[in-house]
Formats: sequence, C-alpha cells, structure tokens
Amino acid sequence: MTDTAMFEIFRYDFLVRGLVASLTVAVLAPSIGMFLVVRRQAFLADTLAHVSLAGVAAGLLFSFNPVAGAIGASLLAAILIEKLRLKQGFFGESSLSLILSGSLALAVIMIGLARSLGASLFSYLFGSVTTVGRFDVGVILALGATVLTVVFVGYRQFFLVSLDEELALSGGLRAQGFNLLLTALSGLTIALSLRIVGALLVGALMVIPVLAASRFGMGFRRTHLLAAALSVFSVLIGFFLSYALDLAAGGTIVGVAILIFLAALLFGRR
Amino acid sequence: MQVNSGLAIEAGNLSYGYGGVSALKDVGFVLREGEYLAVIGPNGGGKTTLIKLLLGILEPTSGFVRIHGRPASDRRARLDVGYVPQRVSSEAAEFPATVREIVESGRTPRRRAFSRRSAADREAVDHALETLEIADLSDRTIGSLSGGQRQRAFIARAVAGEPRILILDEPTVGVDHSAQEAFRQFLTHANREHGMTIVFVTHDVEFVSREATSVLCLNHSLVCHGRPGEYLKEDFLVRLYGREVKLVEHEHHDGHGHV
Repeated sequence: MTDTAMFEIFRYDFLVRGLVASLTVAVLAPSIGMFLVVRRQAFLADTLAHVSLAGVAAGLLFSFNPVAGAIGASLLAAILIEKLRLKQGFFGESSLSLILSGSLALAVIMIGLARSLGASLFSYLFGSVTTVGRFDVGVILALGATVLTVVFVGYRQFFLVSLDEELALSGGLRAQGFNLLLTALSGLTIALSLRIVGALLVGALMVIPVLAASRFGMGFRRTHLLAAALSVFSVLIGFFLSYALDLAAGGTIVGVAILIFLAALLFGRR
Repeated sequence: MQVNSGLAIEAGNLSYGYGGVSALKDVGFVLREGEYLAVIGPNGGGKTTLIKLLLGILEPTSGFVRIHGRPASDRRARLDVGYVPQRVSSEAAEFPATVREIVESGRTPRRRAFSRRSAADREAVDHALETLEIADLSDRTIGSLSGGQRQRAFIARAVAGEPRILILDEPTVGVDHSAQEAFRQFLTHANREHGMTIVFVTHDVEFVSREATSVLCLNHSLVCHGRPGEYLKEDFLVRLYGREVKLVEHEHHDGHGHV
C-alpha cells in the first residue's frame, strides 16, 4: 500500500466514519474482553453476539433501529445469563449454549419471515465498516465512552471480582452486581461492534488481543493496556489492508489479530 | 447497636443448608479478641460453610454472626476481617497480575470508586509486602512464583486491609512443607506480638495443640469448643472423624501430626 493510497481514505467521509467507529471498537472490545478472558468467560462474548443478532433481525423486521434492538436484546440476555449462573443445576456454560442456539433460532425465523432483510442482516453478521452512518458513529462514540468510563471508575472492583468472587464478597463488595454490570457492558460492547467486525467475529476482537498480550507475562494493567494497543494496531492495519486489497474489513481485522497472536506465541515470554 | 469491645466473634444457633441438606446445625460459640482458634473436623463436616457464614458470604438459614458486635453483613464488620481462601493461591496461578496488584486489591473494600491511592493505602501495601518478606517479588507476576510465595502474596493481600481478625481456610494446597512452617510461624507471630485474632481451618492436629489458644471441632454440629489440650486426644479424634485416625509424623525434628 502506498502513502497516497493511505491518505486517499481521508478524502472519503464514509471511510473516515468507518475508521473512527473501528478505532472506538478497537479500544472497547479488549477493555471488556480482558475481564472475560481472566474469568474464563470468553464464550459469553459469542453468546451475546448471537443474541444481538436476534435483536438486529427484530429491528429490521419490525422497523426500528437494529442497533437499538441489538442493545436491548443483549442487555436482557445479560440479566438472564446472570440469573441462570446463580441458579444451581444449570451446568455452568451449558446455559450459554442454550441462549446462543435459542437466539440464533429466533434470528433465523425472523429472517425467514422477511426475506428482503437478508442483505441488511448480512452487514451485521460479517460487519460493514463502509456503511456506518453519521448517527451510528455518534452512538458508538457516546456509548463507547460510557462503557470505558464505567470500566475506569470500577476498575479495582472489577479486578477483585475477576480475581476471586469470594474475596470480593468477604470484603463487602456486591459481587453479583458487578458480575451483572460486566455482562451488561459486554452486551453493549458487542452490540456496538456488530457493524465493524460482525456478530461472527466480534468475540475474536474481544479475546485474541488479550490472549496475545498475556503471552508477555506482565501485570494486569499492563496486559490490559497492551491488549488495547494490539487491538488498535490490528484494526488500523486490517482497515487499510482491506481498503487497499478490497477485502472484507471484519475478516481482515481479525486475521491481522490472529497473526499478532501467533507472533506473540513465538516471541512472548511465557 | 452496642459494640462489645472484648468479643471478636459471636455466633449463635447458626444453621445452614444447601438445597434442603443441612450442612451446619445449631452452632454457637464466642471468640474473644486476641484468641487463636483452630477449626478442625472431617471433610464435608461444615468447616468451610462456617467460615463463609463468618465472612458474611452466606446468609444463615437461622441464627446470627456478630463481628465486634456488628452483624457479619455490616460493611464495617467486613473491613475488620481479612480472609485467605482455600484454593485461591493455586487457582490464581494463571491470573495475569503482579504481586503488588494482588496485595493492593486488599485495600479495594476500603477505597471509594474513582478515589486516588492514598498515602495510607501505599503504606499498608508496603508494610504487608515487607511483613510477609515478599517486597523483592512485588513486580513479579504471581504465575511465576512458587506455591509458597503465592500463598504469602495472598496473606499479604489480607494483611494490607489492616484487619483485626484473620480468617484462613487451610490455604496450604500446593505449598511445600517449609513454606507451610514459615506461614504458621507468621500466624503465631501476628497473634502473639500484634494481638491479631486468628481463625484457622486445619487438619494439622499437632500444630493446633502447640499454637492455638482454642479449638473448635465441627461435624455438621459443634462437637467441641475449648482448650486444645482438653480435646486433642486420639480417642476423641476417632469419635470426631468417625474413623480410625492416622497421625502422620512430618520428617523434620519437631514433628506435626496430620489427620
């Protein structure tokens, strides 16, 4: 890719919008993903992504904003998942599998009911950076800033609850409240990321940069910051590569993230 | 509510059940400040349940727990108690955090969200690291430490919260014998020199008879509570554990007995 090709991007409003939204999501995804990975809840991201898709399908079918549908559906699912997690006899992660398949089934039925929405839904399934509108960017920036602020304010509490729930409880922290908040923030992050990397790949952007960063054997905060940096790097490189080589942006971004992870595997300290 | 300064822990008619099955029935005892209580009993006999009730993690189905005169669920009561759980030091091996980050998390319940780290926070963390002799490991990740060093990091975490009571649920999984000995010496020192009230779940009967000031035996209900010398005899232990007791001598000179 030449310098001219790189700067060409900034001549098009829709590409600048796509880049701003992508970079916001790049910071957001591993910021939440870090907590999911250390709590061994990486599968939660995929579950909520499929739930979001059902919300998108509902939005397209009943003519309301699909991103609002995705946000609503994933927040509802977050509450349901936390309730099931606390209920004994639900075999832990199996309940996630149940919710994932259930919401996918619902999405498929809604797609079947309105055959014409296939193309629009496709952009949420695989991501479509170039079609991100002005309003979408505004929503991603505003809600993204909200998610980051909550993480920043509650960072020590999220750390303790992720380290050990009983330690948090014994210190008088409302661990259940923080768990619910974290699951809800995950749902929100995923709903905001759908247009960028798509439902099928959003989990990857939340998890892979964290896995790569954790190969360097650093402390929590440094691993967290490195994960965000690697994610931004993946998105930047993936974004420009997809433009230059005319590839799908979501897939290219995640492909770059995987290459970075492989490099970390080879050169990391652990 | 009146705060009774002489009593560290009061438990009365304490019962708890999991899904209709009684784990603990009608347990009551009083622990004075500065005591060193060893909790013994067979596996599944309710020791961990009792600890969780004392910590306010579980709500009793009946009865009460008071910490320094306040209900166990009271925030101020929680700040009085430092906790070292059973398996955390081995399970945390994969958690990407430095020793300092772990120890600092012991201050979290004392700090408001968004507050900056105060001089008192820094001092308490440094003091805990030095007390447990792990100041030189503070920038190492816990995954790179031995089981004994990790255990000390989690005790330092509890100490950093400046508790008046330390509750330890036999945190010796994956810890070699010399590290266990150092850890027990630390507990004895904290109790004798600093007046720390200690509740320690253990199977090490010989150690209990040597160091603890009182012993509490549990097998779903309270089997005994008193001075170690009164109860730690082989025929009593056979009755408590409900089977033949094997006293295993450690290899070093001042031999401990395990059941």
